[in-house]
Amino acid sequence: MNNRATATIHGWLLLLPAMACLALFTHWPAVASFIDSFMSTPRARRPARFVGLDNYEQMLADPIFWKAMANNLWFALGTIPTSIALALLMAVWVNDRIAGRTLVRMAYFTPTILPMIAVANIWLFFFTPQYGLLEQIVGAFGGRSTNWLGSQDTALYAVIIVAIWKEAGFFMIFYLAALQAIPPSLGEAAAIEGASRWTFFRRVQFPLLMPTTLFVLINAVINAFRMVDHIFVMTRGGPDNATTLLLFYIYQVGFGFWDTAYAAALTCVLLALLALVAFVQYGWLERRTHYQ
Amino acid sequence: MSGAPRPQPMAATRPDPYAPKGLALTLESLGAILLALIWVLPLAYAVWAAVHPAEYTTRFELTAPLTFENFTRAWAAAPFARYFLNTFILVTMILAFQLVLGTLAAYALARQDFWGRDLAFALILAQLMIMPDALIVENYRTLARVNLIDTIPAIALPYIASAFGIFLLRQTFKTVPKELDDAARVEGASPLQVLMKVYVPLAKPTYIAYGLVSVSYHWNNFLWPLLVTNSVESRPLTVGLQVFSSSDQGIDWAVICAATLMTSAPLLVGFLLFQRQFVQSFMRAGIK
Repeated sequence: MNNRATATIHGWLLLLPAMACLALFTHWPAVASFIDSFMSTPRARRPARFVGLDNYEQMLADPIFWKAMANNLWFALGTIPTSIALALLMAVWVNDRIAGRTLVRMAYFTPTILPMIAVANIWLFFFTPQYGLLEQIVGAFGGRSTNWLGSQDTALYAVIIVAIWKEAGFFMIFYLAALQAIPPSLGEAAAIEGASRWTFFRRVQFPLLMPTTLFVLINAVINAFRMVDHIFVMTRGGPDNATTLLLFYIYQVGFGFWDTAYAAALTCVLLALLALVAFVQYGWLERRTHYQ
Repeated sequence: MSGAPRPQPMAATRPDPYAPKGLALTLESLGAILLALIWVLPLAYAVWAAVHPAEYTTRFELTAPLTFENFTRAWAAAPFARYFLNTFILVTMILAFQLVLGTLAAYALARQDFWGRDLAFALILAQLMIMPDALIVENYRTLARVNLIDTIPAIALPYIASAFGIFLLRQTFKTVPKELDDAARVEGASPLQVLMKVYVPLAKPTYIAYGLVSVSYHWNNFLWPLLVTNSVESRPLTVGLQVFSSSDQGIDWAVICAATLMTSAPLLVGFLLFQRQFVQSFMRAGIK
């Protein structure tokens, strides 16, 4: 055997355990979702059969699916820009020699390491009518009582606020690392030119932070389709599907109604959305980055 | 998984001309502290409710008596000891497999030149996009077919091959000087010995960073464990907490807050003690 053949056998043997697991729990289920989305749901006496596009037709006519998509869009629009802007602000502040810098940074980062399911319980209490802290604060200023999680107008906002609170501190650390990597000589040069601090931030720091912003943005978009834990505790998708996100709907269809074929079709939509994100990331944003 | 520059040690000796001074610094500090207070408010609120009797849950008086009873009641009301054990087994099992599988795969990708390597790397990176959470329906069917539902390995299996871990280790292994590798081989070390004696020790910071991120992630993971467990023997803490707080305990906020804090305590305490390592680990994991 020549050298290259030996290297190939060695290489694949080393990869085998990881590749086998990935094939079983990532590649195959993705393909299986696609296949199952064209089949009917198997029932006790009726095995699955090919139904063509029936599941997708059902989806197009399903108002809850459209509601979940719209909710997910608003959830993304509500969480992404705000959490990124807050993360940048936090990083700029924590990067300066402010009072209590270490404690402040710790406060911002703490939500990142807490279980979402646990903190959602606290937030549920926070939003509770009459007893909740928010009610008490609003009441102290003479505002009227609102059932934040029980009203269709406010429930999605409440869920968005929790997501922002959870994410911003995590994104902050990437901005902080990037800010600290900017050479001090740039600031000195800008100061000699007489640039104001705002100009320095807008014309020098912010453009240099662009790769970080893109990285954080991709993470935030993926998170917008992944964060559903707090929905389980705070609203269970209600009231009247006002907070049903796509992944939560997949859970409801697949494990509440056990309609696995329709859930597979919904999964395909989610996978298509994630593929679109990846396509934008690798095809457009990261053209200059090399992993070699 | 790239884009952000590496952190560099701060040049403390050179003054930053844009560092705020005087009034500007005071205002900035005030703003930062105000935001920090808002950020810890939910947690502080939970601590208040957990350490005071139920009648003080929403009455904020400095003279309110302290109590530990909410914790003992929560501990007695649900098998939290078992949930802690399950979570501990779960995160240990996942991390152990992730490290072994990841190290072998990363070594092959970083230092072996063989047919199909780039294809394999692309197939692995696909998991960064298709996260296991999106595949709950099909993964459940797979595990039901092999009768593993309601076991701890069922929770772990979809996660033990981690594209993120493989990628992180591959990037680290690539920075190991080729000369060290060659020198070890000249000494007569086998490829596996080279991996264990040269690469693994040099990648220690990456292992620690990845370990912290992995443990935090799986300690907190909820959706998949919720689906594949339905008994006390296999439920991790997050699912146990959800079962506990959504059952008849539903109204007693003081006890729920105590249970919530208990669930988060190990990570929270670890974070408070090793704050710098945690922050740097999450940073390192994201930047590579």
